Amino acid sequence: MEKIVSHTGIGVPLRQSNVDTDQIIPAVYLKRITRTGFEDALFAGWRRDENFILNQEPFNTGSVLVAGPDFGTGSSREHAVWALKDYGFKAVISSRFADIFRGNSGKQGLVAAEVAQSDIELIWKELENNPGTTVTVDLESRTVHCGSISAPFQIDDYTRWRLMEGLDDIGLTLQHEEDITAYEAKRPAHKPRTLPARTAG
Amino acid sequence: MSAMQSPQTLAEKVWNAHVVRRGEGEGEARQPDLIYIDLHLLHEVTSPQAFEGLRLAGRPLRRPDLTIATEDHNTPTLDIDKPIADLTSRTQIHTLRDNCKEFGVRLHSLGDKEQGIVHVVGPQLGLTQPGMTVVCGDSHTSTHGAFGALAFGIGTSEVEHVMATQSLSLKPFKTMAINVEGTLKPGVTAKDIILAVIAKIGTGGGQGYVLEYRGSAIRSLSMDARMTICNMSIEAGARAGMIAPDETTFEYVKGRPHAPEGEDWDAAVADWKQLHTDEGARFDAEVFLNADELEPFVTWGTNPGQGVSLSENVPTPEDFEDENDRKACERALTYMGLEGGTPMKDIRVDTVFLGSCTNSRMEDLRAAAQVIKGKEKDPNVRMIVVPGSARVRLEAEAEGLDQIFKDFGAEWRFAGCSMCLGMNPDQLAEGERCASTSNRNFEGRQGKGGRTHLVSPLVAAATAIRGTLSSPSDLVNAPVSV
Ligand code: SF4
Repeated sequence: MEKIVSHTGIGVPLRQSNVDTDQIIPAVYLKRITRTGFEDALFAGWRRDENFILNQEPFNTGSVLVAGPDFGTGSSREHAVWALKDYGFKAVISSRFADIFRGNSGKQGLVAAEVAQSDIELIWKELENNPGTTVTVDLESRTVHCGSISAPFQIDDYTRWRLMEGLDDIGLTLQHEEDITAYEAKRPAHKPRTLPARTAG
Repeated sequence: MSAMQSPQTLAEKVWNAHVVRRGEGEGEARQPDLIYIDLHLLHEVTSPQAFEGLRLAGRPLRRPDLTIATEDHNTPTLDIDKPIADLTSRTQIHTLRDNCKEFGVRLHSLGDKEQGIVHVVGPQLGLTQPGMTVVCGDSHTSTHGAFGALAFGIGTSEVEHVMATQSLSLKPFKTMAINVEGTLKPGVTAKDIILAVIAKIGTGGGQGYVLEYRGSAIRSLSMDARMTICNMSIEAGARAGMIAPDETTFEYVKGRPHAPEGEDWDAAVADWKQLHTDEGARFDAEVFLNADELEPFVTWGTNPGQGVSLSENVPTPEDFEDENDRKACERALTYMGLEGGTPMKDIRVDTVFLGSCTNSRMEDLRAAAQVIKGKEKDPNVRMIVVPGSARVRLEAEAEGLDQIFKDFGAEWRFAGCSMCLGMNPDQLAEGERCASTSNRNFEGRQGKGGRTHLVSPLVAAATAIRGTLSSPSDLVNAPVSV
């Protein structure tokens, strides 16, 4: 995974709360079996509307999405993060993220920065008044900068560390394989197994 | 567990029993715990990239014997013996079959008696049991919490993580008690409880929490009904929902294909009886609901928190104080093609969908069948009935429920997710309005431009008769008890 310490890119104001993952990437795109190439799927429904923010220059080249509260609610589809990343987003800023979305982001190297709604309102204004303004998301100092605005953001220590180190999850866990094996040895015998398969006949 | 231990909630007990390795550090800086996973459920949509990742890294699947797969999200519900028409759907299904073969995973394919929606299949086979940790790349994995399991949805990279390590790195969840005391009125069901809970705490209200549903109204529910409730925990933003196991739970599990037997059964039940929140345990938050006051509940908007009692009116934006809520209401009304102030019962629907992992089990089908039996369907309404699993379909047919649905003019389909998310051909057309027993009324969820009202199976059935959103009590000659 690519290391991210700080990212600067064009900010995209998305004045919308409760952006669920069905909006980020509609279900029809989930049929693909690859891990990349989802850029066309991002906000596919909304992008049909020519006034949608990502259909406007310079926002179409943005890499920091600034959204309303409760971003990423709904289905657990990780494709939402892939689509955002494939499109070119490196960070999403919101005052509140859905848990699963936040977790998925951390694992895929997309920064989910939690910023107070009052600061988001200021950033929205700045980005709307001066389209093309960049937003910097700095993990080192946990602050976002946009024009003259500086705002702190929340991200948990562990996710931040992993993003900054670019660490892969599975590799980290397998360092503790002995512990897993030891745990397995003492699991109760009555716990079910899927194999050999039993059915009601 | 030592007698000195401080009182614990149900969720904490299950969590603590699965800690492989405690995270280092204290307080806020504490790293995640490594949690062992007892059961991993797979389906065709969120697994291909995980298998691909495993293959790319040259890693084996650690525990095929704790893993099971089924085809559900985009399987057709008609002509299941013919090749799947949609090419991408077919590719996904075939990719799952190839992957399961390569990695030695048990798979219940389309046409198999145990095929069906992953959250219907697990409990039905007796693979979901109290005190387990259950995960699946699907947010409605919370369904399995009805057994007192800690069950939650995960993303595809976590799916790959579980495949490779049978564990997950997780931060402890907060706990919230949802206390529902009292007795439900006739015609009011588990679906109405959970829709009311979501409307009360909001779609973000459960965020970061495991909900524990408690109280006399919950205790009196069947397992099917408990699954309906836990299923929709995610719609309140919660990671999981749980209900402490009791005799109802044990009775349900007993004798199922993968239930423990003999001495194992006794040992299991002894363990399971410990699985309740201790007297004096502290929840991080508590919510109270009076079951006596509940009425059939339906949604009017485009998220599951936008619901009201069926006897109420569609709200107007002015009803909301919060600016974001007001805007959300405005937008939802436009999308839904509704005017604020319209009585919910005046809303005419085109389609009724009875199905999804929320309401597609025997009890749901029986309840709906009882309402429509001998009645006539509104000729302008199409009704689609999709059993949750092939096994449910068979059982329903053995009871003659299929005939009741067919006589009524409903379509009796094969098992799968179907119109819940419209990945297969079962979709709403632009502007089409649907009373649906599923769990999500998001824009476009059931088909582009489709309009969804979430309802209980009883309301779905009564609505199919009257053509407008209705409950069984609105019917002439209403059934005496449902
Ligand atoms: S029925 Fe709907 S909610 Fe349930 S697993 Fe299938 S798509 Fe998901």
